[in-house]
Amino acid sequence: MASKKKFDFAAHIQEALNDSQLRSNFKFAMGTMIQKRKAVFADPEETAALRRTGNAIKRRCLSRLPALLEKLEKKCTENGIVVHWAETTAEANNIVLDIMKRHDATRLVKGKSMVSEEMHLNRFLEERNIEALETDLGEFIIQLNNEPPSHIIVPAIHKNRKQVAQIFHEKLKDTPYVEEVEKLNAIARKTLREKFRMGQVGLSGVNFAVAETGTLVLVENEGNGRMCTTVPPVHIALMGLEKVVEKLDDVPPLLRLLTGSATGQIITTYVNMITSPRKKGEKDGPTEVHLVILDNGRSKMLADRQLRQTLQCIRCGTCLNHCPVYTRIGGHAYGSVYPGPIGKILTPQIDGLDLKGSLATASSLCNACQEVCPVMIPIPAIIRRMRDESYGNCADSHAETIIKGHGFKKNIIESIVWKGWAAVYRLPYLNRLTTRMLGRFGHRLPKVGPLKAWTSVRTTPKFAPKSLHDLAKEEGIRDE
Amino acid sequence: MSLYPDKLDTVYYFGTCLVDMAYPDAGMAGIKLLQQQGVQVIFPQEQSCCGQPAYNSGFPREAMEVALKQVQAFSARDCPVVVPSGSCAGMMKTHYPELFAGHPDYYDIKAFSDRIYELGDFLLNALGARYKDKGEPVKVTWHSSCHARTEMRVTEHAKALLRQLDNVELVELEHEHECCGFGGTFSIKQPELSGAMVQDKINDIVATGASRVITGDCGCMMNIAGAMEKQGIGVRAQHLAEFIWERIHG
Repeated sequence: MASKKKFDFAAHIQEALNDSQLRSNFKFAMGTMIQKRKAVFADPEETAALRRTGNAIKRRCLSRLPALLEKLEKKCTENGIVVHWAETTAEANNIVLDIMKRHDATRLVKGKSMVSEEMHLNRFLEERNIEALETDLGEFIIQLNNEPPSHIIVPAIHKNRKQVAQIFHEKLKDTPYVEEVEKLNAIARKTLREKFRMGQVGLSGVNFAVAETGTLVLVENEGNGRMCTTVPPVHIALMGLEKVVEKLDDVPPLLRLLTGSATGQIITTYVNMITSPRKKGEKDGPTEVHLVILDNGRSKMLADRQLRQTLQCIRCGTCLNHCPVYTRIGGHAYGSVYPGPIGKILTPQIDGLDLKGSLATASSLCNACQEVCPVMIPIPAIIRRMRDESYGNCADSHAETIIKGHGFKKNIIESIVWKGWAAVYRLPYLNRLTTRMLGRFGHRLPKVGPLKAWTSVRTTPKFAPKSLHDLAKEEGIRDE
Repeated sequence: MSLYPDKLDTVYYFGTCLVDMAYPDAGMAGIKLLQQQGVQVIFPQEQSCCGQPAYNSGFPREAMEVALKQVQAFSARDCPVVVPSGSCAGMMKTHYPELFAGHPDYYDIKAFSDRIYELGDFLLNALGARYKDKGEPVKVTWHSSCHARTEMRVTEHAKALLRQLDNVELVELEHEHECCGFGGTFSIKQPELSGAMVQDKINDIVATGASRVITGDCGCMMNIAGAMEKQGIGVRAQHLAEFIWERIHG
């Protein structure tokens, strides 16, 4: 699924940082998202307890994932939902294509689905003369402009109102340039209603799949998700295999965490619970419901105690909103379907470190993501793991799975530098010597390599002529 | 909360590598503040670095070698280890046990980690330090390192110490919780990103109108002060310990 062109993260970062409009759009939008979340999770103790609950539920479900998936398949089948298994995105794409072909369908209406982005489904169908129409407002905007999403929850967040007005004006026939939100909404609504009428098959994602009852839970605010899952005669739901939960009781805490973290809502406008296709005597709903369960590297993550925690993610996107790096460069710079902190740990595991390992360097390990993650994924620790494995290293405690592209960054220079570093700080005489040399000659260090990077925006560090070791000795501070 | 040890007559001091090389006066100020509270301070000359640079850069084995050296250097006595840095303290307190999970010496490492305290927290809460300000009126702002805030959770303690000083007006940053962009090797592996982050931090600092920015972490300080100096901004950056020592001596 990787594009042929090599991913140049540094160039993307530079480009994003130079785009002042983009930076101001993100700064404003993320500030708003943070405030909204804060209002819903106002009580720190209650929030902490809820996050612990969410974490426990996800850990329990992951610990018995194979059994839960089997149960989900059994229950769904009993309810009349057809379950398909896809190990790769190519398999998943072909499953969707086969269903479309069987119904002679050439138009798919889509609700929001990150898994469909992961599959690059739109492109796949387009190449086979099938039109995939995005109906989520944000997805609709960026599809018009031929762009990928820049955020997991709010895909067009990088666009401001005026930019949206311009896109509508340029890309939609006979549409005047208007900036008022109500008028823009009306334009979108009118266009989208027409699309729903034309859609032959509807597609959606899944937020939670309940094994106990065979229920697919889908949250949304626009009603387009409900349209996609009820208007066309056929509904296809796509999910990553980590979305299964054991029982209905598991849903309320996770739902509360998801909507609170994602959009700062107690609950979304729509919560859809789909348990079967149209039953005999019922007047509406699709006559066929399909569930496609995608692996795409997830079962490999499951096999490793540390990496498994990546699968706890409920795709709320709050780690993006709180990340000092994401808020400055936006989602496109990551060149991946999943941007931000979660993307830094998820993408290299899916695409391989050799292709996307550089994502893990874009973190100051400030812990902002970990502080807000509703299911308490230790994102910084897993970023460190990506860095370890990039160099072919692994701490003893995490040697279970080796990530694709393990060791791609391994090189003699850095290995020697860190061996030398360890020697300096392991051997007191070498430490003394180094500190003394730096105190004496540090100001004359040539501005190359790391020092060049450092001094691009800062002055050269000033090394003290006498170290704290020296001062402590002089002052008679006891050494033992 | 009885998070602090009962016996407080003697403490170890872990100065950190950055203080050792670049800010030894801040390190000495910390030692003196502890001594002033009637505590005997021991500074093992065998100490060096907490190991965080390698730990965060993909070299866990090198980090472990250096970490083990620290554990040995502070093993003679079972007394608190006080650290004038939230980030290095966080490394030793929360990350050593993660780094050594499953290691034969795990329990020794864990026992060492349990003895780690950040300086400001220790002065305020373990020793009950109360300071009388003898300095001229000054307006300052406070920068918290991310690890002081999220791992050691000592930000409020440091600010409480600053508020004890009568002539010091503390103006908080608008985005106090946001990273300054240091992140150790992050600052040299992603210089543009780091530069954008420190720029926003500087703008926030300047907007407070403070003449000094006080912090408990010399990594952040080197980043922020170095960037301000490069731009000719006249706000002085100072470590909490050095600032307090200066204020109480007029």
